[in-house]
Amino acid sequence: MLERKIIGLLILCIGVTVSSRAQQADTTDLMAQLEKESDSKNATNYTTATFKTTRLVNGHTVENVGKGVLDVKISHRFGTLNKGGYELFGLDNATMRLGFDYGITRYLMVGIGRSTFQKTFDGLIKIKLLRQSSGKRNMPITLSYVGTAALMSLKWADTSRKNYFSSRLSYTHQLIIGRKFSDGTSLQLMPTYIHRNLAVLATDPNDLYAIGIGGRQKLTKRLSFNFEYYYQVPKYRIEGTTNPLSVGFDIETGGHVFQLHFTNTTGMTEKNFITGTTGKWEKGDVLFGFNISRVFTLGKGR
Amino acid sequence: MKKIFLSMAALIAVACTATAQKFYTKNGNISFFSKTNMENIKADNNQVMSVLNAQSGELQFSLLVKSFHFQKALMEEHFNENYLESEKYPKATFKGSITDAGKVNFKADGTYPVTVSGDLTIHGVTNKATTKGNIIVKGGKITGNSVFVVALADYKIAIPKLVEANISKTIEITVNCLYDQKM
Repeated sequence: MLERKIIGLLILCIGVTVSSRAQQADTTDLMAQLEKESDSKNATNYTTATFKTTRLVNGHTVENVGKGVLDVKISHRFGTLNKGGYELFGLDNATMRLGFDYGITRYLMVGIGRSTFQKTFDGLIKIKLLRQSSGKRNMPITLSYVGTAALMSLKWADTSRKNYFSSRLSYTHQLIIGRKFSDGTSLQLMPTYIHRNLAVLATDPNDLYAIGIGGRQKLTKRLSFNFEYYYQVPKYRIEGTTNPLSVGFDIETGGHVFQLHFTNTTGMTEKNFITGTTGKWEKGDVLFGFNISRVFTLGKGR
Repeated sequence: MKKIFLSMAALIAVACTATAQKFYTKNGNISFFSKTNMENIKADNNQVMSVLNAQSGELQFSLLVKSFHFQKALMEEHFNENYLESEKYPKATFKGSITDAGKVNFKADGTYPVTVSGDLTIHGVTNKATTKGNIIVKGGKITGNSVFVVALADYKIAIPKLVEANISKTIEITVNCLYDQKM
């Protein structure tokens, strides 16, 4: 009886040792285990570079500039192509915007700009509310808010009436819902609300609504094709305006992004290009334009 | 009875010492440095995984390319998007061994110069690599370090003409891992 017990114990003991030996992972197994612990299910993988820069053509993308980064933007829009050879297909006329965007944090960006179009000053604030991610924290979209204020500083045409300073101002609130579908393909929707303190005609609404759609398709690592379209809601638009449609290319070279595009709008602030476009693609009111973005890292970064 | 318990204890002890020959880390450091007249570029990764088998000399590293962090946000974006293509090739690994592991006494304090040799995989390209390094044993803690140079061309990492002056063709890589013992 005792002998049996002893033998039983011995077998058990050997069994334990053998199994512990089997569990004793070799180097590769141990590495596999470490990798598994830190893999996608246990870590959050945030999507980056949904777009190359903070602007698609005229309007914003879901992107922010990094913390402590100053992005200097110089944008030009030339005259329409249908002006013909005499005006060198629009190149004789140019309007421009000079802009400075700065990243206070990774998700908060502010900017100022000045456009020659209607001598407009503008200020903006952009907040990244949600970040697309996969893994432990799964978020299918990136959500950004953009608020801008524009100040039209042209001299009043009619000086005989009382002109208020507040009449020069207009405001834009925009949500941008973006998703990077694959390494090369990103799309976004931009519901937009614009308020003008002064409507030019009594029949024009002060509150205007539009919804934008935009996207990019990368053609090579450093070149992408972009498009941007804003649809104005019929009852909340200014009579005689058209919807802005723009197509273009982003060319990225180190610290610069060059954006070359064709569009039917001259304005480069939201109020002007979303609700103030009069050009028609089918009539050839298409103009060439470019944005140059150059970033400078001022702060310490992350 | 006593004998049986003794043999059991001995067996378990043997099993334990066998497993105790392995060291690992999940937060080792690997950094790289590119030096040109135009600018210096440095990035750090503090989430390097490594396993060191003291008995066999086997040594492995694995890291996520996305975990390299730069001072400039845009550099980090370009590093992932254009150069290392971290979506396509998320990991960089090394699988090899300390060829002269016999020289290292993992139980006695000291700095032991060693040679490491194996397969280095970066950007989906695997090359044989051999480098010198040190195993430092101090108060039961094991640290491994090494500095070596890789050529970008060997790993099919293309530098466009426009930024050729800003990015060195050879990158200095520094490895520094403090290991925990595997129980």
